[in-house]
Amino acid sequence: MTKIKEAMMRAVFALLASVSALCVVLICVFLFANGIPAMTKIGVPDFLLGTTWRPGNDIYGIFPMILASIYVSAGAMIIGVPLGILCAVYLAYFCPKKVYRVLKPMTELLSGVPSIVYGFFALVVLVPAMRVLFGAGKSLLTACILLGIMILPTIISVTESALLAAPKTYYEGALALGASHEQSVFRAVLPAAKSGISAAIMLGIGRAIGETTAVAMVVGNQPVVPGSLLQGARTLTTNIVLEMGYAAGLHREALIATAVVLFVLVLLINLSFSLFKRRDQA
Amino acid sequence: MKQKKRNDFSSAALRVAVKTSALVCVAIFLFIVGYILFMGIPHLNRDLFAWQYTSQNLSMMPAIINTLIMTVLTLLMAAPVGIGAAIYLVEYARAQSLLVRIIRTTTQTLSGIPSIVYGLFGYLLFNVKFGWSYSILGGAMTLAIMVLPLIIRTTEEALLAVPESYRQGSFGLGAGKLRTTMQVVLPSAASGVLSGVILAIGRVVGETAALLYTAGTVSGLPENLLSSGRTLAVHMHALLSEGLYMPQAYATAVVLLVVVLLINALSSFAAKKMTKGKNV
Repeated sequence: MTKIKEAMMRAVFALLASVSALCVVLICVFLFANGIPAMTKIGVPDFLLGTTWRPGNDIYGIFPMILASIYVSAGAMIIGVPLGILCAVYLAYFCPKKVYRVLKPMTELLSGVPSIVYGFFALVVLVPAMRVLFGAGKSLLTACILLGIMILPTIISVTESALLAAPKTYYEGALALGASHEQSVFRAVLPAAKSGISAAIMLGIGRAIGETTAVAMVVGNQPVVPGSLLQGARTLTTNIVLEMGYAAGLHREALIATAVVLFVLVLLINLSFSLFKRRDQA
Repeated sequence: MKQKKRNDFSSAALRVAVKTSALVCVAIFLFIVGYILFMGIPHLNRDLFAWQYTSQNLSMMPAIINTLIMTVLTLLMAAPVGIGAAIYLVEYARAQSLLVRIIRTTTQTLSGIPSIVYGLFGYLLFNVKFGWSYSILGGAMTLAIMVLPLIIRTTEEALLAVPESYRQGSFGLGAGKLRTTMQVVLPSAASGVLSGVILAIGRVVGETAALLYTAGTVSGLPENLLSSGRTLAVHMHALLSEGLYMPQAYATAVVLLVVVLLINALSSFAAKKMTKGKNV
C-alpha cells in the first residue's frame, strides 16, 4: 500500500515538474503557428529588413523596431552596468556594516517596484527634465536612462552575490603581496567573479529588451529608424502593446510575428550566454 | 617610488568612483520613492476608495479587489505546481538525468520570456483558441505560467538548504520518502518557500503588459471568473493612457508602490527567518 502511494506521488511530482517544459512547448507552438505564416506572407526579408511600418497600406517592416530595441538595451547597459557593478563593489567591500543594513534591503525592495510605476515616474520627471536639457522629451535617450535605472537592482544584487562568492583567499593573497584594498578588489576579486557578473549583465539585457509598459511611456513610439539618440523610436515590445488592441487580420498576425522575433532574440541572448558560460568553465 | 605614487592615485580614484556610484544609486532610489509618495499622498481621498467605480470618482477599489482575486487565482495554480516541481527536482530526481536537464533549461527559458510575449500567448490560447473573451481566469493562468520559474527556483533553494541529517534522521526512524519530504523537509523549508511565493505575489500585483490583452481593462468588478477585470497596475496604465487623470494616477502609484514594497519586505523577512533557523 505505502509502496503504491510512494510510486504514485513520485509520478505526481514528476508530472508537476514537466509542466514548465509543457508551457515552453505550448508558447512556442502558439507563437510560431500564428506568427510564421504572417512572416512568409509579408516576405521574411521585407518583414525583418523593411524600414516602413504602415499597417494601413499593408506594409510591415520591423527593422526600425529591432534597431530601437537593440539601441535602448545597449544604452541601458552603458548606463546601468558600470553604476550597478561599482555599487555592488561598494556593498560588498567598502560599506560600513551600519550603512549596509540600510542599503541592502533598499536595493532588494526596489527590484520589486512595478514597471508601470517606473514608467509613470519617468513620464512626470524624466521627460520634462530631458525636454529642458536637450529639447526632446520622449526619446531613445530617455528610454535608455529609464531602463538603466530599472536594471540597477538586478545588476547590483547578482553582482554582489558573485563578489561574495569569490574565494576570500584571492583578496587576502593580493593584500599580502602588497596591493592596496582597492587594487585587491578590482584586480583579484572582480576578475574571479567574472561569470557571475556576466550573468548579471545578461539578466539586465533580458529585462531591458523585454520591458514594455514603462518604455512605451517615454520612447515616443514613432515607427521610424531613429536618426539620433534624441529622436523618438518604437521598440519591438511597444509595437505589440500599442497596436494589439485594435489590430485585425494581417496586421494582427504581423504583431504576433513581432513577438516571435522578440522571443527568438531573447532565446539567442540566453543561448549565447550559456555557451559563453560553458566555455568559461571548461 | 614613482610607481607607488601612481598606485596610490589609482586606488584613490577607484575609491572615489565606487563611493560616488553608490551615492548616485541611493539618490536615484530615494528620489523615485520619495517623489511618488510626496506628490501622491495629497491626492489620496475617500472617493478613490468608493466601492462603486464611476467615471466621476475613478475609484480604485474594484481594481484592488480584482488584484486580490487575480493573486489568489494565480497562486492556486502556480504554487502547487511550482513547489511540486521543486520537490521532484531536489528530492526525487537524479541530478543529471535527461528530464532534469530539460526541466532546468525550460524553466530558465520561461524566466527570460518578456511579459508582453506571455500576454500575447495568453491572448492566443485563451481568447482565440478557447474562445473566451477577456477574462480574469485567462489572465491568472497566463500569470501562473509567468511566475512558475520564480517559485520553482526559490523553493529549490529552500529545499537544498535543509540539512541532509534531517532526511537521514527521518529515514532512520522508519519514515518513507514521501513522509520525510512532506513532514520533515518541507516544513523546515517553509519560510524559504513562503518568501518565493510572496515574491510571486509582488510580480502579479505589479504586472501590466501580460494582462492588457488577457484579463482586459474593464473597470468594474467581474461577474464571474470568465469576465474581464483590471488589476491595480492595469488600472494605472488605463489612467495614464487616457492622459486626463494625473491626480488619480499619482494616488494609484502611491497605493501600488506601498503594497509592492510591503510585499517585498515581507518576503525578505521570511527569507531571513529561514537563514536564521539554519544556523541553529
